[in-house]
Amino acid sequence: MYDVLHTERNVTQNDVKINAQGVQVYYGDTHAIKDVSVEIEDKTVTAFIGPSGCGKSTFLRCLNRMNDTIDICRVTGDIRIDGEDIYDKRVDPVQLRAKVGMVFQKPNPFPKSIYDNIAYGPRIHGMASSKAELDEIVERSLRRGAIWDEVKDRLQAPGTGLSGGQQQRLCIARAIATEPEVLLMDEPCSALDPIATAQVEELIDELRSNYSVVIVTHSMQQAARVSQKTAFFHLGNLVEYGDTGKIFTNPEDSRTESYITGRIG
Amino acid sequence: MTDMKNASDAPRKRISLTETDAHTRKRNASEARFKAYGLGAILIGLFFLVVLATSIIRSGVPAFTRTVLEVEFTLTQEQFDAAEKQLFKTKAYQAVFIDAMTQKLTEDGVTASFDNAAIERLLGKIGNDLRGHYTANTGDLGKSVNFILPASSRVDGYFNGRVTRDTLVDSRFLQLSDLDLVDALHDAGLLKQGFNWTFITGADSGVDNPGGAGIGASVVGSFFMMLVVLVLSLPIGVAASIYLEEFAPQNRWTDLIEVNISNLAAVPSIVFGILGLAVFIQFMHLPQSAPLVGGLVLTLMTLPTIIISTRASLKSVPPSIRDAALGVGASKMQAVFHHVLPLAMPGILTGTIIGLAQALGETAPLLLIGMVGFVARGYPDGFMDGFVEPNSAMPAQIYTWAARADVSFYDKAWGGIIILLMFLLTMNIIAIILRRRFERRW
Repeated sequence: MYDVLHTERNVTQNDVKINAQGVQVYYGDTHAIKDVSVEIEDKTVTAFIGPSGCGKSTFLRCLNRMNDTIDICRVTGDIRIDGEDIYDKRVDPVQLRAKVGMVFQKPNPFPKSIYDNIAYGPRIHGMASSKAELDEIVERSLRRGAIWDEVKDRLQAPGTGLSGGQQQRLCIARAIATEPEVLLMDEPCSALDPIATAQVEELIDELRSNYSVVIVTHSMQQAARVSQKTAFFHLGNLVEYGDTGKIFTNPEDSRTESYITGRIG
Repeated sequence: MTDMKNASDAPRKRISLTETDAHTRKRNASEARFKAYGLGAILIGLFFLVVLATSIIRSGVPAFTRTVLEVEFTLTQEQFDAAEKQLFKTKAYQAVFIDAMTQKLTEDGVTASFDNAAIERLLGKIGNDLRGHYTANTGDLGKSVNFILPASSRVDGYFNGRVTRDTLVDSRFLQLSDLDLVDALHDAGLLKQGFNWTFITGADSGVDNPGGAGIGASVVGSFFMMLVVLVLSLPIGVAASIYLEEFAPQNRWTDLIEVNISNLAAVPSIVFGILGLAVFIQFMHLPQSAPLVGGLVLTLMTLPTIIISTRASLKSVPPSIRDAALGVGASKMQAVFHHVLPLAMPGILTGTIIGLAQALGETAPLLLIGMVGFVARGYPDGFMDGFVEPNSAMPAQIYTWAARADVSFYDKAWGGIIILLMFLLTMNIIAIILRRRFERRW
């Protein structure tokens, strides 16, 4: 199965979008991320896999400084997006998060209309100067989020009234409405059924042409299906990072092999 | 492993599902007992509620009725001129009135005897009312005018059952013989009971005139106090809670503040009263008995309630909403004001209105800063004066009435409680409506 995938995959070398070097994360006294260095490429889907509690979500949240909202969390090391240190004193995390969008594990639409869910980001960033322009952004985002056909007739209906899979695609559309350069996805399909998962995965593959997508997933099949690069985390360490095909067929580290073959995790 | 194997090997007693075993029966019995206790507690509560409501209504309703003498009376120009020449003018009017009454009663066949003193006991000094009317409306001279004269509170008491022939002791207020006259006037349809507007619109009347006492002025006092409380405690309370809940770092200082706020909510209200007396009146020299000071004291009292309920409702907003807002690049403040606060609104409003209702019913601190009932002798002259002119508030007014010697004030106190409860009920209904309107599901 992996051989088939491997032959289909055409791995191209892209520019480095995010460069993390020697990242350490502490929650109080707990050392959650231990000296992780990784280079994430542009226009590529990068998957973080690993057993629960291995630090993959924590590392993902470092990339748009969502960990700042947790008081006891401390991050050291160097994370650069397009060569700029995002933990620099001068960097405003709000500006950073407009550039690095995020989709969460549980669909979390605002308890507002579908339209307002999408329009909120563009509104607060002043991206539209008129109602017509905003309408256009909303339609474009919903189309790119592959949900336009399902909701175009009820844009004023509450976003919370949609089904789980629709809600998650709405959240993805909301995240891309602000035109981010990187899209972080924290287990976006864990609350979805297989059909909705397939839709979201298809969407992720399409998004690759415009964005650098980083996805955390528990499902190795999903990582194999959607990603070009895979990073395997274990107990806070980045064990192995490389082309997805290689990780799944010919891992270098014995722990990676144990995990993908189901012996640990 | 081996133990488990042995256990499963042992022959198991088969229990039919249709017969309940002893353990299940015991569990079911204890559940049934618990339900019975709960139902009993609710029934006891309901019983006391009914007792309370009926006793309040039974005792309070007399405050809303009053006995009036309604009579047609004509004063000629000559009589007016003659009376105005007298030294004791009101006495002269009274004499003319009594003559006319005597004539009217004889025509109607009422035989009860009465004199000047009896009329005064029944109706007070009516000469004053008559003269007041005719000097102001000279055009009414020579015409038949319909007068509605309030009877004394003792007569009210006689109709309400508080004063009976058996318990009445002759005094300068009312004598046994007067009751014959009252009955005769009532039979003739002259003395009747009507709605007591004075109680709604009037001010406190002084210890010897329970009939003229009204709660209107202290309602106005309470209104201005609540205005101060609302304007101060809502913004301060909500701002403090938002800061503590969303922005403040979690450290020893914020823990200390949190503990202190919780403790403040439990401080007896009289402590706030003495604090208000010391700080606002003695130190800051704000006017005594002013609703402004009352409002400030009650604000201090209400703040912990509002802060605690606001923080609780902010906490109940799911963190995923904050993540969602921060994730699309909203600042912390935008996340709070655009998403968290609207969702917490129903809780905040409910907490605020409960706090206000508490403040509306608070008596002790008001007594300490001089907002006692007898201060409420009239309405403020203007809107701004409402804050600084000495006034009372509803609960303090009720307390003052309840403490007075004249039993007629007893009715007024109960009537005041009915009015107070009506305001509280209204506020609670508003709270429910607001909560429904702002409620959203997610």
